[in-house]
Amino acid sequence: MREVAIVGTGMTRFGELWQASLRDLFAEAALEALGSAGADHLDAVYIGNMSAGCFVGQEHIGPVLVGQIGLAGVPATRVESACASGGVALRSAFLEVASGASDLVLAAGVEKMTDGADVTAVLATASDQEYEAYHGVTFPALYAMIARAHMETYGTTEEDLAAVAVKNHRHGKLNPKAQFRREITIKDVLESAWVAEPLRLLHCSPVSDGAAAVLLCSMDQARKYTDTPVKILGSGMATSSMMLADRRDPAFLDAVQASAERAYKMADRGPGDIQVAEVHDCFAISEICCLEALGLVERGHGGKATRRGETALGGRIPVNTSGGLKSKGHPVGATGIAQAIEIYEQLSGRAGERQVAGAKVGLAQNMGGSGASSVVHIFGRA
Amino acid sequence: MAGIVGYGAYIPRNRIKSEEIARQWGRDPESIRRGLLLEEKSVPGQDEDTITIAVAASRDAVARAGIDPRRIGAVYVGSESHPYAVKPSGTALIEALGIGNEVHVADYEFACKAGTEAMFVALGLVESRRVEFALAVGADTSQGAPGDALEYSASAGGAAYVFGRDDLLVEVVETYSFTSDTPDFWRREGEFYPRHAGRFTGEPAYFKHVTAATRGLLAKAGLAPKDFRHAVFHMPNGKFPLEAGRTLGFTREQIATGWIVNTMGNTYSGSSPTGLAAILDVAEPGDLILLTSFGSGAGSDSFALRATKRLVERRGLGRSVRAMLDGPRRYLSYGEYAKFREKIIRNG
Amino acid sequence: MPSPRYWREIPSRYRLEASKCTGCGKVMYPARPVCPACRSRDAERVELTRRGRVVTSTVIHVPPTEFDTEAPYAVAVVETPEGARLMVQVVDCEPTEVRPGLGVSLEFRRIRREGHGGILCYGHKAVPLREGQT
Repeated sequence: MREVAIVGTGMTRFGELWQASLRDLFAEAALEALGSAGADHLDAVYIGNMSAGCFVGQEHIGPVLVGQIGLAGVPATRVESACASGGVALRSAFLEVASGASDLVLAAGVEKMTDGADVTAVLATASDQEYEAYHGVTFPALYAMIARAHMETYGTTEEDLAAVAVKNHRHGKLNPKAQFRREITIKDVLESAWVAEPLRLLHCSPVSDGAAAVLLCSMDQARKYTDTPVKILGSGMATSSMMLADRRDPAFLDAVQASAERAYKMADRGPGDIQVAEVHDCFAISEICCLEALGLVERGHGGKATRRGETALGGRIPVNTSGGLKSKGHPVGATGIAQAIEIYEQLSGRAGERQVAGAKVGLAQNMGGSGASSVVHIFGRA
Repeated sequence: MAGIVGYGAYIPRNRIKSEEIARQWGRDPESIRRGLLLEEKSVPGQDEDTITIAVAASRDAVARAGIDPRRIGAVYVGSESHPYAVKPSGTALIEALGIGNEVHVADYEFACKAGTEAMFVALGLVESRRVEFALAVGADTSQGAPGDALEYSASAGGAAYVFGRDDLLVEVVETYSFTSDTPDFWRREGEFYPRHAGRFTGEPAYFKHVTAATRGLLAKAGLAPKDFRHAVFHMPNGKFPLEAGRTLGFTREQIATGWIVNTMGNTYSGSSPTGLAAILDVAEPGDLILLTSFGSGAGSDSFALRATKRLVERRGLGRSVRAMLDGPRRYLSYGEYAKFREKIIRNG
Repeated sequence: MPSPRYWREIPSRYRLEASKCTGCGKVMYPARPVCPACRSRDAERVELTRRGRVVTSTVIHVPPTEFDTEAPYAVAVVETPEGARLMVQVVDCEPTEVRPGLGVSLEFRRIRREGHGGILCYGHKAVPLREGQT
């Protein structure tokens, strides 16, 4: 397989974007990505999107969206893996270029969540319909059960969970595209309303609209489009049992571990090489569990590490410098691509106030459902 | 001779006190307690209905019978509050019990005597040998209109009886039914709450049919009240069954065990069947038991039953009525009760 | 909830029908054609014991629309003596009582209704065992 690089990026702000439709969001991000690279054509497009059908009544969005940017005719594939849709779209685009099938491919992600659909019900479609959602189990409830198991096994506390949200808001304040650009305190988190115990409102990522896109190209042609390409060194994907009840240890995200191992192997790198990471914090507990499953901290120590500041800007391994899903926002299908963009900006020295000095190797991890699918990408400065 | 080979009962765990209801409507709680002899009643959970109650009671009945459920050839559920207007409660019951497809199923209704109706038909089928075993259930989650007298008594619960020919726990000695067209209490199609004709529900309805059926049974069987160890009558409130028993010549002692209405309320089709289950939980071999139900509209089914030795051997395999009545329970406020019973109008 | 989709799951919802792998003995709920542990395709039908212990749980305060009058309610992953695990609501108790290790019985309850006119959907829920019960 040949080497693949990111040569252009584009992203809308994330938030409640009343003026923008699904198509508008995609167009803004895609055109910005094409423009940033000076590219005027595409060999293929992959679009990560969880549920345009449920949210806005539109399926078959591949042709809809490429038509929106004047590229009707280009192969366009919608990729779905719940909240990991974006990351899997990135992986699909990466494999298409790496295999030699295409030279210039756009990996995008988009979600329009605020047009009036029952968001709780739509997100619950990422869980088992017959044996979880049937019983009135919600998406936050699944993570709440993971949190409770983690607290029982490792002594993780509600304050540990709150520390994740507080850190991510501090980072998000520095991100002009973030949905929430204000800091919160541990007290704010612990006084926010219950969603599913032990998770409170401020432990949970918000409902957001947004789109993001990255332009991939084979490394040998990358300099045509940019002076600062960032290579994708490795990609790994894994699934795990859909039902939380089927997992031997509800406190451990085995799909995350397996997808990371596959990505590390392809990249010929290990956890110790990662200098900056974007990790899937749909709920505060998921960041803690993902840190452990990625091997970035010792198993069971995710909460402690966060409290000690190891994962904050300036710490040992800065995580979610973008603000994470919590503060940046989580337009479901767009998240995986937005994570890649943050790592691209870190490794190309464009992260401004969020910059991790001298970062050369980064990781982005994107997860679906309660951990039933996970995709990890490892990036390196070219 | 045919009879009961297994029995079970189920009473939901929620309760509401009469005084809580009285307080809501500005009535004197003491006069309700004294007038109706009702302390509290059972309230079905938001996830409970006639079908779930039937399943719970039937599971104990099948356990006590100790038979493979697939040998049950008929399943009848009597209720005034079947969850569907069209689609029998019995079909969900046969699936839950694993009875299989080779079974006759029907739902019954006749106000509060739909349970004993099901029992009568189940008995007849087994006696005629058309089926080997037949299951009869009386269960209800009936409603009382807000502020109406029935609100103090309308409760939820039920009992299930498996009928067979061998290894009887209870022999059926005799039956007698008395029926007439009497409009004492009714509910029109589409109406949420039933209506009643006030004091007319007493002497010309309840008392007339209960006493006629019981006297008819005693005459037919050649028995007298003193021959019975226990007697249970339909219990629309605490007072009526005591008065009926007195009129017929039964003592308070004979009526005491089956008289569970003061804390259970009136479980309609489950009323006398559950009272019977309470008696079976403690009856001794050879005890004669009288059961007379009453259904508005109106009619009464009367049974003379005899407990066997096997009853004592098998009854430990299920829950007792007293354990459910006196065991863990939760008292609701009127607001919670109104929410649970969907008496609050909501949008959409 | 369309009727065919509901109807197909009746044996597993109403009788807790599961499959037991004839290769390695693992009990799977609901039944599956391939054993996740040993990949054998040979299994026998079994029914789960209607008892279990809570593995992990939560109390849902923000429910889906169909469950809004029931919130807050507890849900838990419950493990039966056969080693099968299933997700169920935990009812007839204070939600705060529900903790890992709690012993429960599994009872037949109505899980949901499809509005005012649609079908009624049943299944099992967990109820904490009280003193004296096994």
